[in-house]
Amino acid sequence: MSGHADENLSASAAGTIEATAAAWLRQKQSDWSESQQRQLDEWLAQSQAHCVAFWRLEAAWERSARLEALRPLSQRVVVSASRKPFRIFARVAAAMVVVAGLGVALTLVWPQPSDAVYATAVGQRKHITLGDGTRIELNTNSVLRLVSAVAERKVVLERGEAFFDVTHNAERPFVVIAGAHRIKDLGTKFTVRQNRDNLQVALTEGLAEIGPIDGRGSDHSLVLKPGDVAIASTRGLAVVRRSADEMSDEMAWRRGMLVFNHTSLGDAAAEFNRYNGAKLIIADPAIAGRTIGGKFSTADINGFVEIIQKLLGVRVTHQGQDFVVSH
Amino acid sequence: MTETPEFHRETEALRETGAGMNTAEVKAWFVREVLPLETALMQYLHHNMGKSGDAADLRQDVYVRVCEAARRQVPNPVRPFVFTIARNLLIDRMRHEQVVPIEAVSDLEALNVAIEAPGAERAVMARDELRRLQIALDRLSPRCREVVVLARIEGLSGRVIAARLGISESAVSQQLDNGMRALADVLYGEPQDLRKSQ
Repeated sequence: MSGHADENLSASAAGTIEATAAAWLRQKQSDWSESQQRQLDEWLAQSQAHCVAFWRLEAAWERSARLEALRPLSQRVVVSASRKPFRIFARVAAAMVVVAGLGVALTLVWPQPSDAVYATAVGQRKHITLGDGTRIELNTNSVLRLVSAVAERKVVLERGEAFFDVTHNAERPFVVIAGAHRIKDLGTKFTVRQNRDNLQVALTEGLAEIGPIDGRGSDHSLVLKPGDVAIASTRGLAVVRRSADEMSDEMAWRRGMLVFNHTSLGDAAAEFNRYNGAKLIIADPAIAGRTIGGKFSTADINGFVEIIQKLLGVRVTHQGQDFVVSH
Repeated sequence: MTETPEFHRETEALRETGAGMNTAEVKAWFVREVLPLETALMQYLHHNMGKSGDAADLRQDVYVRVCEAARRQVPNPVRPFVFTIARNLLIDRMRHEQVVPIEAVSDLEALNVAIEAPGAERAVMARDELRRLQIALDRLSPRCREVVVLARIEGLSGRVIAARLGISESAVSQQLDNGMRALADVLYGEPQDLRKSQ
């Protein structure tokens, strides 16, 4: 019952609290650290009024994720307003200048109103079929931009993970740009995943070539065969071989599943956190190193928590909507 | 449809159910059971407050009381419980401000708010979700809408949006905050019948 006096203090009390709640929710959309989460939890714990204001805004914002379905690609609100691509796409731009040097018209490369952008919210997946029959499945929390170009079909994976089943056309190769790398299809099914500090390409069928975005010679690129998983970082490019079963586990997200096989709890938690608003926080490094196996629905964070409680004898407590795992 | 309104039996309604809930449970329950009542609640508050005061303030007080109660014991049924609290708060407020005679607070039956079938709001919500979202978006100012679309649909960061629109990052933050609040108001607070706005 505490706090009533505060809440009734002034006519604008609710408005002030709501403004603060909105600022929290906004910050939570981008880079969000554990210490920020702690601060938010503290703020929420201060008063029930803080909780209801935040819960309400968050619930509405989560509902608004469905807005995406409304988006008419032909008349997007966006780019027409003012085009200032220089600073924004600095990273892409740096690479593109090189491409331009290679003779590709610059206009093909800048973001244009005709670009189509597909995005998924956390926990969402999306199927896209392009005009040429190429199928793309976008995984959770991902952004993919289609850049129309004459010489090649180009898409930019700006964030997240996508599976590509490419309709091969030798005349117009299909190229995926991700970070500093480009993956060129040679008749292919493959997945591209952007991690924080590396890029992972898993190929299930056909052939694809991965190399640096600036198109340096074949010394710097690799041809991937079925079963190959390439990991590219700023330090280099490595390829590992996976069995068909392991490859199928790799692609389990396409069925809405996560498959763990001697996976550390830390990695498993990171996987779940890609798909869910509620986060799993492993409070103790010793626990994060313990390994588990099993198949889980990407959304079934509760089921996973229940199982690790039983299986590993760890303690799980709630912190806001999140789960904190400790001894 | 015509079950007896139970707003005079708040304590009985409370006694019907079992234990209270922890924070995560209260949150889930609040979003699922209470927020869908907001349209009706706001109509009720507006109706009884006239132009005096801020209905959003009172709404917040109602939510606080409801959630505090839910921590101790889950109110069931929810709807009459919420409106009983709203009515009590209205009466408190009017007594305090001496604006209108207490009798002026309309009975819940008169407004027909307590006797709708449970879950009606949620059904309407699900059916009209996309239209509602579209309208909510249309209500925002053009700049605010742009920012919300870029953040929500395109998934861009504040920095990228600022660069793209040629405005400062703090301006983007402000627009986004406004947009989040406006979306909540339209999605939860505005009348279910959206035809007039099309």
